Amino acid sequence: MAKEKKMNIGKEFSKGIISDNPVFRLVLGTCPSLAVSTSLENALGMGIAASFVLICSNVVISALRKVIPDKVRIPAFIVVIATFVSIVQMVVQAFAPALNDALGIYLPLIVVNCILLGRAEAYASKNPVFYSAIDGLGMGFGFTIAIALMAIVREIFGAGTLTLKLLGKGILLDFNPYIARVGLEPILIFILAPGGFFVFGILMALFNKIAESKGKQKAELGCAGCPMSKTCASCETNNDKKVEVASK
Amino acid sequence: MKFFLFIFLTAILTNNFILSKFLGICPFLGVSKKTGTAVGMSAAVIFVMALATAVTYPINKYILVKYDMVYLQTIVFILVIAALVQFIETFLKKYVKALYNALGIYLPLITTNCAVLGVVVLNVTENYNFGQSIVNSIGAGIGFMVAMVMFSGVRERLEGNDIPKLLQGLPITLVAASLTACSFLGFTGLVEGMLKI
Repeated sequence: MAKEKKMNIGKEFSKGIISDNPVFRLVLGTCPSLAVSTSLENALGMGIAASFVLICSNVVISALRKVIPDKVRIPAFIVVIATFVSIVQMVVQAFAPALNDALGIYLPLIVVNCILLGRAEAYASKNPVFYSAIDGLGMGFGFTIAIALMAIVREIFGAGTLTLKLLGKGILLDFNPYIARVGLEPILIFILAPGGFFVFGILMALFNKIAESKGKQKAELGCAGCPMSKTCASCETNNDKKVEVASK
Repeated sequence: MKFFLFIFLTAILTNNFILSKFLGICPFLGVSKKTGTAVGMSAAVIFVMALATAVTYPINKYILVKYDMVYLQTIVFILVIAALVQFIETFLKKYVKALYNALGIYLPLITTNCAVLGVVVLNVTENYNFGQSIVNSIGAGIGFMVAMVMFSGVRERLEGNDIPKLLQGLPITLVAASLTACSFLGFTGLVEGMLKI
């Protein structure tokens, strides 16, 4: 029994990293991952902020899962998430004003990050507190890894640098002299908007490949992760299709 | 007047919500398979954006700022948007059946659409007055529609193509989105030059 529980904990944690990676596999939280991944420092800041909110909101929602009436659960989840986002906002404004400026409107927009509402709906509202916390930790870790990976690719190719910093402390690796020695320049477009979409697409293809080799299905922008899937009419048609596929 | 035009055109072209600010990517990827649904979804977004701005602006100015409760902004804004969307849905269902049939099914998706909360937060951080906020949100909504409709055309073309197995599905869609975003880079500096600001 004890062994089984232990295995579960490991599984709950590690599923968020590759096989159920929230960004590349569940296609959740795409907006912040595209917008903030222009430098590694910002990406890590965003990842940590979102992970904190995710763990806290998962714990609170899971603890309240028997109290919240089913009909008003989405507004209730949003209030819980918004509360923690406000806390994070205040902390970042007070202790890391530079990060606050860099993240700009994307910091309050953690509220509408689908990962949070998606996990609340799909996991925390059905599972005990401890497992929900582990799920939040794993998903937050997966989100941070995904967004950091995108930032590493985009920053190295786009700016020729790599900021190994956290809260302004750390070092800045500058590859520009080496790049110039070969007679090349950084590809600016990688840190602009088109580069974000491009890197995201290519990394998603790679993650699909890895997950496929483990016998998992391809990532689709399905309604499975979407918190609105039960109330949304455009999803019903999609869900029907999925059932058909599953029955085949 | 010039400034209004500046805000409006910037919101549509240079600072396009989807293609340069990355707001509203979920509907951009999820609902853009057919041009018809793309138009319906974006019409609903324009409608909700304008209404949400009209409602949150007075709340922010006359309650939150006046009583020094700016730290509640995020919670208040998202709750107002959620309530507003619910209200619009119920109202349309009861009184404007035709409009409900056209836009209704997209409304639940809009609560968690970051473009709507994004435009409201942006109006506050940019210190726009009421008129400017409304113009900005309508411009942002139209920009959303332009990107959605354009991209739905690209996706319809993409359908029958022979794509490498690794890239099939979402990855190739994202690469196509990247090329679409490239085309919008061409508008950089256009509005400033046109209006000589």
